[in-house]
Amino acid sequence: MNMPDPSNTRSPSPSHAHIIGWGADLDPAMRPAYPKERTPPRLPHPVEPPEQQHSHAEVLHSTERPGITPIFGSTLPPSGLSGRLRRVAFRHSENDLRHWLMLLLADRVQMGEGLIEDISRGHVPNVYAEMGGRAELRHNPMGAARKAAIGVAVLALVAMAFKGRRRTRRLRG
Amino acid sequence: MLAMNYRGPYRIRAVHKPEPEIEHPGDAIVRVTRSCICGSDLHLYHGMVPDTRIGSTFGHEFTGVVEEVGSAVQHLKPGDHVLVPFNIFCGSCYFCQKELYSNCHSTNPEATAVGGIFGYSHTAGGYDGGQAEYVRVPMADVGPTVIPADMDLDDAVLLTDALPTGYQAAEMGDIREGDTVVIFGAGPVGIFAAKSAWLLGAGRVIVVDHVDYRLEFVRSYAQCEVIDFKQVGDMAIHIKKMTDGLGADVCIDCVGCEAAGNFAQTLLGVKLKLQGGAATVLHWCINSVRKGGTVSIVGVYGPTFNAVPIGNAVNKGLTLRMNQASVKRHLPRLIEHIQAGRLEPRRVISHRIDLRDVADAYHIFSSKLDNCIKTVLVPPGMVRETTTAAASL
Repeated sequence: MNMPDPSNTRSPSPSHAHIIGWGADLDPAMRPAYPKERTPPRLPHPVEPPEQQHSHAEVLHSTERPGITPIFGSTLPPSGLSGRLRRVAFRHSENDLRHWLMLLLADRVQMGEGLIEDISRGHVPNVYAEMGGRAELRHNPMGAARKAAIGVAVLALVAMAFKGRRRTRRLRG
Repeated sequence: MLAMNYRGPYRIRAVHKPEPEIEHPGDAIVRVTRSCICGSDLHLYHGMVPDTRIGSTFGHEFTGVVEEVGSAVQHLKPGDHVLVPFNIFCGSCYFCQKELYSNCHSTNPEATAVGGIFGYSHTAGGYDGGQAEYVRVPMADVGPTVIPADMDLDDAVLLTDALPTGYQAAEMGDIREGDTVVIFGAGPVGIFAAKSAWLLGAGRVIVVDHVDYRLEFVRSYAQCEVIDFKQVGDMAIHIKKMTDGLGADVCIDCVGCEAAGNFAQTLLGVKLKLQGGAATVLHWCINSVRKGGTVSIVGVYGPTFNAVPIGNAVNKGLTLRMNQASVKRHLPRLIEHIQAGRLEPRRVISHRIDLRDVADAYHIFSSKLDNCIKTVLVPPGMVRETTTAAASL
């Protein structure tokens, strides 16, 4: 005999009277993004296409566009080695993996450039504070202690390895 | 002015930098009164988003008072207290004409796949964000909305991204009366997606995460069922057991590229960055939803690629819906919901932190310390406590 398959039925829904607002937007007409595309747009005021923004800052643009957009951010123009990498990255389209990988590489290179820039200005960055060390100590003291212990152990291992190499060289010499 | 400043993965500090200037006749300069840290800011903070330049100021969820407007601005004036949608959009391009404001084609020269976003890397247009005392707001007549006088500022700031994104996540699920909706992620967006699923008439709402205090919060705040995925062997089997063997009608990804739960995905996507983040939740969504069901994605992924079981999606006849939220089109209805008491977004705010302590704020949010759910940064001198827009001026 065939047993009824429990996976062909749905249990009935319980009541939702206790949930404030349940079903207020059940009717699709109440849903602000229904249908997905809606013309004309329901903006409070009529909008004209924006005029072109001008800037002296270097702004890179995707090769999938004919040119710069009317509006753009002008912050942090590309500079240094990371900037050169970014310019090369923007020779490739967004469709090309090299574009994104070179940008990620440029980000890492600029991290080093940022450190050099800090130090050249006489500012030694407080990496502990920048990484939220105070908050870690206040809210997760055990975790902070564990991280400190791991840091000390790693430093000790590096120091021991370094010392061992120097001793070997001295014996050879 | 004081501003958040990115120095590399996991490293930020508060610095003094020049105040922004009007660069286009349609610009406004806004003095920030509230700025949130968004879960998607953590992808920047962790170095996951290409072209995140050293020195960037993040922040795409903020409210503020208009200080100055450009010569072409007609509908906004100095002194207006506004909430500023995270999308920078022109309102007139091909996509804006279809109300796809998040896909605006006129505000991001660096990429075509995404529109302009405040403080979200040069991949999203190279704009400074609102985690600062002042911010340049382009297209000031189009994006910003004057905050109703009786609205709490904490509610208003959550209308700039987290609430509309959660609502749109549920809306893209095309929820019908009685549907079973599974939401992955109990962060602010997942919490708001759960609340919104009820507004849309869901029959069951189930939220999945592994952070116990967040699961406790969402269970109480959104009156939903919860699953701790660390207590579950196989997610798809577990969801099917809960849904008469069929699977959920709708699955929603509110996590994105830094999902926990699968070692291989985390290693390839997060640690080695060999794909655009861990696609763990996409796997769970596709494999846990019923045949013919809908997967809605608002979690942020990198621009490269992700390994997802697209064959299963084809064989199951799924509908995949996804987008960044077009905040402006949701505002009128969501303001109605708040004013009617159906939504109370400010309850998700767990921390108010001075902008000067922005490094601690990021670490607390990123590491989920001190039961953190949502962090608001308050610039020095601004009213810290919960208050209405009118009273804060």
